[in-house]
Amino acid sequence: MERRELTCIGCPMGCTLLIELDENNNIKVTGNACKIGETYAIKECTNPTRIVTTTVKVIGGKHPTVSIKTDKDIPKDKIFDCLKELKGLSVKAPINVGDIIYENILGTGVNMVATRKVESC
Amino acid sequence: MNYDLVIIGGGPAGLAAAVAAKEEGIDNLIILEREEELGGILNQCIHNGFGLHTFKEELTGPEYAQRFIDKVNELSIEYKLDTMVLDITEDKTIYAINPKEGLLEIHAKAIILAMGCRERPRGALTIPGTRCSGIMTAGAAQKFVNMKNYMPGKEVVVLGSGDIGLIMARRMTFEGAKVKAVVELLPYSSGLKRNIVQCLDDYNIPLKLSHTVVNIHGKERLEGVTIAKVDGNRKPIKETEEYIPCDTLLLSVGLIPENELSRKVGVELSPVTGGAVVDNHFQTSVEGIFSCGNVLHVHDLVDNVTLESYSAGKNASKYLKGQLRKGETIKLKATDGVRYTVPHFINPSTIEKDITVRFRVGDVFKGAAIAVYFDDTKVLNKKKRILAPGEMEEVKLASDLFSQYPGVKTITLKVERS
Amino acid sequence: MYDVVIVGAGVVGCAIAREISRYKLKSIVLEKENDVCCGTSKANSAIVHAGHDALPETLKGKLNAKANLMFDKLAEDLDFHFRRNGSLVLCFDEKDMDKLYELKARGEKNGVPELQIISGDEVRKMEPNVSDQVVAALYAPTGGIVCPFNLTIALAENAHVNGVEFNFNSEVINIKKLEDGFEVKTKDKTIRTKILVNAAGVYGDKLNNMVSKHKFTITPRKGEYNLFDKYVGNLTDKTLFQLPTKLGKGVLVTPTIDGNLLVGPNAVDIEDKEDVSTTREGLDDIMEKASLSVKFLPKGNIITSFSGLRARSEKDDFIIGEAPDVPGFINASSIESPGLTCAPLIGVIVSDIIKEKLNPKLNENFNPKRKGITRFNDLSLEEKKKIIKERPEYGRIVCRCESVTEGEILDAINRPLGAKDLDGIKRRTRAGAGRCQSGFCISRTMELLHSELNIPPTEITKFGKASKILVGTNKESI
Repeated sequence: MERRELTCIGCPMGCTLLIELDENNNIKVTGNACKIGETYAIKECTNPTRIVTTTVKVIGGKHPTVSIKTDKDIPKDKIFDCLKELKGLSVKAPINVGDIIYENILGTGVNMVATRKVESC
Repeated sequence: MNYDLVIIGGGPAGLAAAVAAKEEGIDNLIILEREEELGGILNQCIHNGFGLHTFKEELTGPEYAQRFIDKVNELSIEYKLDTMVLDITEDKTIYAINPKEGLLEIHAKAIILAMGCRERPRGALTIPGTRCSGIMTAGAAQKFVNMKNYMPGKEVVVLGSGDIGLIMARRMTFEGAKVKAVVELLPYSSGLKRNIVQCLDDYNIPLKLSHTVVNIHGKERLEGVTIAKVDGNRKPIKETEEYIPCDTLLLSVGLIPENELSRKVGVELSPVTGGAVVDNHFQTSVEGIFSCGNVLHVHDLVDNVTLESYSAGKNASKYLKGQLRKGETIKLKATDGVRYTVPHFINPSTIEKDITVRFRVGDVFKGAAIAVYFDDTKVLNKKKRILAPGEMEEVKLASDLFSQYPGVKTITLKVERS
Repeated sequence: MYDVVIVGAGVVGCAIAREISRYKLKSIVLEKENDVCCGTSKANSAIVHAGHDALPETLKGKLNAKANLMFDKLAEDLDFHFRRNGSLVLCFDEKDMDKLYELKARGEKNGVPELQIISGDEVRKMEPNVSDQVVAALYAPTGGIVCPFNLTIALAENAHVNGVEFNFNSEVINIKKLEDGFEVKTKDKTIRTKILVNAAGVYGDKLNNMVSKHKFTITPRKGEYNLFDKYVGNLTDKTLFQLPTKLGKGVLVTPTIDGNLLVGPNAVDIEDKEDVSTTREGLDDIMEKASLSVKFLPKGNIITSFSGLRARSEKDDFIIGEAPDVPGFINASSIESPGLTCAPLIGVIVSDIIKEKLNPKLNENFNPKRKGITRFNDLSLEEKKKIIKERPEYGRIVCRCESVTEGEILDAINRPLGAKDLDGIKRRTRAGAGRCQSGFCISRTMELLHSELNIPPTEITKFGKASKILVGTNKESI
């Protein structure tokens, strides 16, 4: 049996969720004041994912960087690998919101896309 | 230069106000923005989580800003960039400068103040120690990291658990820094729960509640800080002092509405919010001058800034069309745990629909209720599982309440424990 | 071979440099920091004292009132802000009245004009926010306020334009006496000179004791201050001192020349000549003492705290003149309060000694005038319009809090002895000196330093040496 403790992010209440995982991966959640807590806890224990936002360098742009994000959630344990993959990367201006900056990062099927416009200088 | 409406500030507040006014048929309007692009502080807030209410999807700051910039362009709303307003006079003459046009003298019939807020610096806390480099506000660091590709430090302590501080703890971690602790004077964080979990817990960054920085070390560049636990009166406890080596101290210790211009034109300011005192039309004590967004009171969600500013824009339009009647006002009183309300006054003669009253509480309350009194009569009781100073709250006052209670003098908001 | 080497580019060193630039002398100022005005001169009360404090038989007493009178002309010639706001020494107890009269008598002996003792009510008529506890005060109309950076920078720029060289990051590490002068060693070079002037502030003892048997010790005496927002700069117009009592010397409450409110200092003797840290106890102490002087001290409006070191020797007076056993070695040392006030006169005194010794020719090209940076914020609307037309960079505000334009910052960087770091820009223009303390303008100011001086952003400092702002680029260390 594995026990974990999480803080629910469903609302400002921030319930402390106690999660018990047995050998058959059955999940029991306690401490939640509402259904949101349970759903959140199960997701966090079975498949935690996050949107990752960062920047990459821009060449020939009005701005030195462009902000980017994963266009879908990626597994939480891949965040730092994803950032490492982007190390040293630079892109050429002009860039538009939604432009793919890096395709299929780490084979996740997720693209890194620009979140701002950068005009050429 | 003559304009019906001049909006000072092209951040989320100014953009929403401009869009609303234009939609109401005000064509002769202009936005004055001091930076070289529209969007304000959103441009450097590259994290996601914006717009859940407004667009029903999670956007990053620049994306959220772009939606409004697109709208402004679509509606052909005029704006000037790189333009700083120096002064506003009582007759609504605005003096502004930019390098291309020089000194501008703009005559406005109405003005919307949307200048946003700024961060409290170290000096405001009088943290003793040296005055070395390596100490900056979280927002200044955010600009370097997100806009300029430069790291302000490698080993970081964050003082204050405001949202920008939490966000920056994660950002610095992503870009290769080690964040050693987030130190918060109060027994609770003023940031959003979700940011504490996703910016700190996810990366095992300790949040030290009821702690503060008591000394700063390092002659040239920062070498470390001494932190200590504080007692019930927020006084540091000597025996709990702990030295943390670090090269960077980021400050996220509060935001202050930037009302220097408002002061110049004589707008009455609230000592609690630092923003203007407004009525339900977001009109300040100076007729025809409106205020909205973070310059009015500091928000935690941009969606609320948008809603509020949209409303301010509509009301400014009504003013220009002569539809805002003057009349007796009802005072809103914040007491028993409620720190302030916006608006501060209600003009009942022009109420068409429900009035949203936004407010903050001064402490954490669990299982309490927000009660609204029209003079001595309780008209609303809103149960809340939790109320926290970091989360802005609102109640809606139905328009028919005002016809039910004619002649009401004071509306009181308070926290009532069950 | 130099005629004169001055060690220290504080207000005293720069005042001496400016005075000797009237003569044809090959001279240089050696400064260990990255800029002028980095030691004692940068952090003090910024007061041009009337001159009633020091005992008449001391040098401090003899020079103060006379030096005070030099400021009007100097401010006009060198274009720095100076104002005779007047000062009040507040007396809180009838029993202390004799001390107040004593102070007045001393001031008169020292040559301070127009001193008056006025009643508590008269004080409050003059300054309505003065505490009701005040029973009387000594009023000195000649007391003034100045910006110590502006003053020092103006003196240095003028000296430099008139021919004096300046070397920064040039700490003197050794001095050798020669037949006809000295050999002065810094980490980069060795300079020979006929005359060596010691204006090394808290290091004055170190320098003197390298060459002279008449040794002295300088014990830095720390003073801490709180600076308040301009919103409350008008709490008092006159400088409010406290009459020294059993409890100590008291602290002052004063407007600054730029319109802030300043409170401090305490006085703590320390060992470390570089320790300008503030302490909780010190800051609490000055606030407690200052709150005696005024009805209300707006504690919520502090924008920064700082501390400075007074260069104080056991002689308890200025040490000015040639060392008795080392001809050509001239001390301008142990210059504690009222050192800022006396600096211009010390410049003349030291210059006279040098003149006597070297009998130099006059510098016919000497220009006593210096034009400061045009402050956009001080201009009329018409003038603003004109300057932006001529120089568009004056149409872009970089520092919002103090309304400092890009034009002013560029001027600060590019003028003689221009700014090389952020503090240098702040002290010349006030960019970053306001209520947000550079949160908004720091990145733009750094871009200007980068583009004008070609310094990589990661090498830009707050005040030279290791005080860098940035440590690298994103993802560099992942």
